Amino acid sequence: MSENVQRHEPYRDARQQHEADMMGMYVFLSTEVMLFGGIFLAIFVLRLQHPEAFVEASKRMHVFIGAFNTAVLLTSSLAVAIAVHGARQGAARLSTALFGGAAGLGVVFLGLKALEYRKEYEDGLLPVVSDPGRFSSPIEHLFMNLYLVATALHATHLAIGILLLAGLAWRIGRGNLKLPERAIVVVICGLYWHFVDVVWVFLYPVLYLAR
Amino acid sequence: MNAMTVIRLVFVWFALMGLLVTTVGASFFLRGPASMAASTGIAFIKAALIYWFFMHLSEERGLPRLMAVGAVTWLAILIGLSFTDYATRGFGW
Amino acid sequence: MTNALDAPDPHNAGISETRAERESYLRAGHTLRSWLLTTDHKRIAILYLISVTLFFFIGGAAAALIRADLVTPGGDLLTNEGYNRAFTIHGVIMVWFFLIPSIPTTFGNFLLPLMIGARDVAFPRLNLLSWYIFVIGGLITVYALIAGGVDTGWTFYTPLSSFFANGHVVLVAVAVFIAGFSSILTGLNFIVTVHKLRAPGMTWRHLPLFVWSHYATSLILVLATPVLAITLALIAAERLFGLGIFDPALGGDPLLFQHLFWFYSHPAVYIMVLPAMGVVSELVAASARKPVFGYAFVAGSSIAIAIIGFLVWGHHMFVAGQSMYASTVFSFLSLVVAVPSAIKVYNWTATLHKGRIALDPPFFFAASFIGLFVIGGLTGLALAMLAIDVHVHDTYFVVAHFHYIMVGGTVSAYFGALHYWWPKMIGRKYPLVWGRLSAAAIFFGFNLTFFPQFILGYLGMPRRYHVYDPPFQVLHVLSSAGASILAVAYLMPAFYLFYSLRYGDPAGRNPWGVTGLEWTVPSPPPKHNFMETPIVTELPYDYHVEREGEQ
Repeated sequence: MSENVQRHEPYRDARQQHEADMMGMYVFLSTEVMLFGGIFLAIFVLRLQHPEAFVEASKRMHVFIGAFNTAVLLTSSLAVAIAVHGARQGAARLSTALFGGAAGLGVVFLGLKALEYRKEYEDGLLPVVSDPGRFSSPIEHLFMNLYLVATALHATHLAIGILLLAGLAWRIGRGNLKLPERAIVVVICGLYWHFVDVVWVFLYPVLYLAR
Repeated sequence: MNAMTVIRLVFVWFALMGLLVTTVGASFFLRGPASMAASTGIAFIKAALIYWFFMHLSEERGLPRLMAVGAVTWLAILIGLSFTDYATRGFGW
Repeated sequence: MTNALDAPDPHNAGISETRAERESYLRAGHTLRSWLLTTDHKRIAILYLISVTLFFFIGGAAAALIRADLVTPGGDLLTNEGYNRAFTIHGVIMVWFFLIPSIPTTFGNFLLPLMIGARDVAFPRLNLLSWYIFVIGGLITVYALIAGGVDTGWTFYTPLSSFFANGHVVLVAVAVFIAGFSSILTGLNFIVTVHKLRAPGMTWRHLPLFVWSHYATSLILVLATPVLAITLALIAAERLFGLGIFDPALGGDPLLFQHLFWFYSHPAVYIMVLPAMGVVSELVAASARKPVFGYAFVAGSSIAIAIIGFLVWGHHMFVAGQSMYASTVFSFLSLVVAVPSAIKVYNWTATLHKGRIALDPPFFFAASFIGLFVIGGLTGLALAMLAIDVHVHDTYFVVAHFHYIMVGGTVSAYFGALHYWWPKMIGRKYPLVWGRLSAAAIFFGFNLTFFPQFILGYLGMPRRYHVYDPPFQVLHVLSSAGASILAVAYLMPAFYLFYSLRYGDPAGRNPWGVTGLEWTVPSPPPKHNFMETPIVTELPYDYHVEREGEQ
């Protein structure tokens, strides 16, 4: 942490301010853990009550699109981690490039997700728009409903993350965000991005890999 | 830029990719509870790597670390105590 | 420490630029804009005070309708549908727009930074955002109320809420969802404030108990509220496109809703009562002019309540079809949560013991709280017993129990806090006689309203019915009579507190002659609270004279 960090109300010194910002973000991410936790509970209860039908439904997921998407997100997280490291050292151009790249990977993820939804729609497996008669069982219908809610909630978070990273890249690139003085902004946005990644790390095996 | 830090981050990425391959691979061999244990176990390891190295927990002191992962305890309460109901519904009545 | 108005610490120069800002936060800007765009925690507290008071009277109006309808056994005033809507609106408004935000967002916001020697909360702009989110949630709820209301009860139980209810369930769910984020941001702000903004010397051992209980409350706000948010989102999804997770036809489980809902809503009871306990700890110590007996235990029991409160939610589901093994576990854990609550009550009583008690309004409200909370708590123990719960489940016994906790407890403490810190917030004194009178009237009216309901419930009167057997009428009439006294009693402070705004005598820094950092600054406090950061050396509630006298 650099010494010439801008201090603002109500803090006495830069270190105190930095620690408060970090703590605030960790607490916020904890609330996100609980938010997604409710959906995970619903998924686990469904699996416990209908183990066979749950596995059958899971087998019809596109495992490799999901796996590739996981790789995309993990790679974007690496880019963000290096970009944050660079930003703290004042390497503005590197940060701009890496944040832009990570946001691009986020868009790739959403594109593949949309492709996956489309395939499921064609197979008659996407709830709301597909014909319920084509599900092999009510459990599969419910499974796909939960899948849609969970992945849509995740995709919403990811879309917000893409906007954050793109905004960062733009601000750093134009010199509006002074580095390393305002590196805390970059660190906080990075934390959010990694967290969205972590959510996917759990959603993927729970939904796609139930066997 | 500190080259060592970047190299460390890249190594973490390799580990994460390795775990991804492992969890997909395991899904072809393991079934039932074993499969579930393996996939969630690997997911926890991946999450731990991301939190520790990417999300700066390695640089923080005890309290922020606790705050970052404390919610997992509450998630365990939510899921665990709900399962005292779901896991025992069949018995007795 | 000194707060010389014209000689600010050079280290903090530029913090409060103008003389008006150094005199009082109320004088730092008089335009509407200076209030609506403020980031001053004290002004935000006042904004909250105005809004929650408004919601209190909206929720109270619904309660008045309910009690008026119940005077006769036939349900002559409201239609069946209208009665359902009245108690739903009463519950939704009172729980989410009064009880949960009441003490933390008003007194917590105002006092937390003052008590720990900080210039503001950790994230002042987030604090203001949280008020706006709260107001938006409230406005949507009020709109839904005008547009026709909801008839599910505040609990939104499935399958009623997901399939059969006709009202604006989705709209109200969205409103509560939005208001939830206000809670989350407040909780987050308080946690970071307590950890990071304590003045030098303000160790955890030096924190006032009000701060401890708000810290515990914030933990619950942050950890439980997101689960409510996702639950309400799932209800909305269930209604809008048949999600099915609570629908047995698709292999879902209606009880899952109750698990998720009570995982939030039982701890939410502690969101309501923990800040009240913090207030009472302050009031008791101030009234007795003695240190709180067993400080560490009172502080620790707040944290214990916050944690154990998460382990008991299943006691709402004893007759809902939950596994009896789970019920046994939840019954046992529910009895455990009584232990820290009892520790608090014993310690308050011990604090008052042999104290020279000042019979001021704050003491009357604190004493009301203790008495009513004990009744509410002990009947809660009865309800936590599996066998008794089967008998009184969903009867007026339950209604009386939780009103003793929430209204007898929390609302008494809220009024107690208002009477204790009003001179600090406004800088003027109010007539104490009227304060004592309204405390007595609230206590009397409350008991007359809700004690008969214990008997009604034990005799078998179910809750949420407005047509009942004629033999129950006497008790219902008593209850409604009490409610009208209560209504008048709750309106009384509005008059003399407004009167004091203009005509009250200046309060001075410390009108009660008590300890605490908030009483060392002028009343009302300057914009940035402390001209120089205080250095804390004394323990809280350090009343030397009485302590020596005791030995």
